[in-house]
Amino acid sequence: MTMAEPVGGRFGDFGGRFVPETLVPACEQLEAAFRSAWADESFRGELNQLLADYAGRPSPLTECHRLSEELGLRLLLKREDLNHTGSHKINNVLGQALLAVRMGKARLVAETGAGQHGVATATAAALLGLECVVYMGEVDMERQALNVFRMQLLGAEVRSALSGSRTLKDAINEAMRDWVATVESSHYCLGSVMGPHPYPWMVRELHRVIGDEAREQCRALMGRDPDVVTACVGGGSNAIGIFSGFVEGDAALVGVEPAGGAAIGRGVPGVVHGSKSFLMQDEHGQVLEAESISAGLDYPGIGPEHSHLAAIGRARYETVTDDEVVAAFELLSRTEGIIPALEPAHALAWVSRARQELAGQSVLLNLSGRGDKDVDQMMDRLVADGSASGDDGQSE
Amino acid sequence: MSAEPGPLEAALRARRSRGGKALVPYLTGGLGDWQAGLAAAADAGADAIEVGIPFSDPVMDGPVIQQANDRALAGGITPLAVLDALGRLDIGVPLAVMTYYNIAFRFGLERFASVLAEQGVAAAILPDLPLEEAGPWTEAADAAGVETVLLAAPTASDERLGRICARTRGFVYGVGLLGVTGERDELASSAVVMAGRLKQVTDVPVLVGVGVGTPEQAQEVCRVADGAVVGSAVVRRMLGDGGPAAVGDLVGQFRLALD
Repeated sequence: MTMAEPVGGRFGDFGGRFVPETLVPACEQLEAAFRSAWADESFRGELNQLLADYAGRPSPLTECHRLSEELGLRLLLKREDLNHTGSHKINNVLGQALLAVRMGKARLVAETGAGQHGVATATAAALLGLECVVYMGEVDMERQALNVFRMQLLGAEVRSALSGSRTLKDAINEAMRDWVATVESSHYCLGSVMGPHPYPWMVRELHRVIGDEAREQCRALMGRDPDVVTACVGGGSNAIGIFSGFVEGDAALVGVEPAGGAAIGRGVPGVVHGSKSFLMQDEHGQVLEAESISAGLDYPGIGPEHSHLAAIGRARYETVTDDEVVAAFELLSRTEGIIPALEPAHALAWVSRARQELAGQSVLLNLSGRGDKDVDQMMDRLVADGSASGDDGQSE
Repeated sequence: MSAEPGPLEAALRARRSRGGKALVPYLTGGLGDWQAGLAAAADAGADAIEVGIPFSDPVMDGPVIQQANDRALAGGITPLAVLDALGRLDIGVPLAVMTYYNIAFRFGLERFASVLAEQGVAAAILPDLPLEEAGPWTEAADAAGVETVLLAAPTASDERLGRICARTRGFVYGVGLLGVTGERDELASSAVVMAGRLKQVTDVPVLVGVGVGTPEQAQEVCRVADGAVVGSAVVRRMLGDGGPAAVGDLVGQFRLALD
């Protein structure tokens, strides 16, 4: 199988363009603009220059010697945490911000969960001199106050989403409502491989660089592809990015969802936020509220291409609990000197749990972000209950 | 174009052929004494009524209808409960349900269409189901004899408006402005422009909604349009203390302004 452009915006039975009529022409315009830009060497050159000189690409591949020994497998990390702004999100927003300029749109609208996409969008807006408004659930603004301030420092306006569960899904609703009203002057800089066509395709293409680099790095290091490629999945952009480098080979692809936001694990097909995909919903079609320790994965849906990869059996999707995530967060910090964001700690939590199944195999994990933003939250959780590792027998 | 217009389109055409302007208020199903609200709106001169089936993520709706959705859902309303109630209601005007596509999709498209028909609901409006995605639903709706009202927005080309009007049933719902539902201080200039562009390409009744919140604004848009849809202004009465009586008063004022 290949990851070509989805025909008619569809990945098998999933995807599509389920948006208010007002937005249809804007989606068509965006699709045409992206297709033309992506085929334009000068656009690609400009983006690659920014990815190298500004974002710091290529990101390294790190072999985890101590942790590999502890787990009994060969663990490799794709270090998206080392990108400028601290996560993979910058790949997508630099592309979309350049595209906005190309379309003559001077204002970016974005949603954010943990704040990483919001920070990345605010960063790209500052770099290119664009106006930027970021919607963030009120609950997430409390959990990620530091990122709110970062966005403000970067010149963005952060607006709170007060409806529903006041998390990522509601921030997306508010961003779409903004776009309905401002579509002529604004570009909606959507942060994951979800939403109406062309977003799932376009955002995948903008993150493909992760998988392309990792494939070359793995071949240079091991002379072959890894046995397993794994990544955390909320909407699923970092996972699609790394999967896209390996989907045509033999590596097993494993997406890891939080138990409280498992669209594939607990969902059934539905339509929200512009596309048909697996969705956590009740028997009446009301979308359920996701609950996860990680604001970035607190989403009841999933990108349509993941639903397709699951349906055809090319990728499998596992779930992990908050407790397993916290243990993995500590494990990587302690054994490798890398404090991960809570999101990729989900993927590590699965690797750690599945260590027997994975014994002796090479496992490539997309370390999609760094943990600075989560340190406060972890300090509250770990220090408060006196369970911080490496602290045994000592007073706080 | 199908041979016989359905009951919604027939009622709106009848109003137009009498030289009148159509008035279609919107109420949220499950919000307070909503059935009394529907009866009050019908008594006060509505030509047809839109009934919202609440959805958790109403992206085309502004704060008032969001709040109505949240309150109705918190009260435990379900799609089937709304439809059952509509089946028992006899208020003498055609009804259209307005909801989001996932509600129909989860129900099963054919089952949703047949339940609408069984409960005597004339039409359905699904604001996140644009023309290109509408096929499976309109097929099911046509088979069940349910009219599907499509929305037309200011961002569409004339060519697109023509395709929307060719596929819509009941009426074509002109979106009066760039934005979500809700009252505005003044009628957007785009509302009258929208009505005029639609009138150029279709004989189907042209109603304009979104941003039509006062009798004066309805009057203004109906200089060109065949009628107006009034949502948030009505729902705000249901959210407040006035309830069904206030809805009746308001709809009566709109009726007076349009006659």
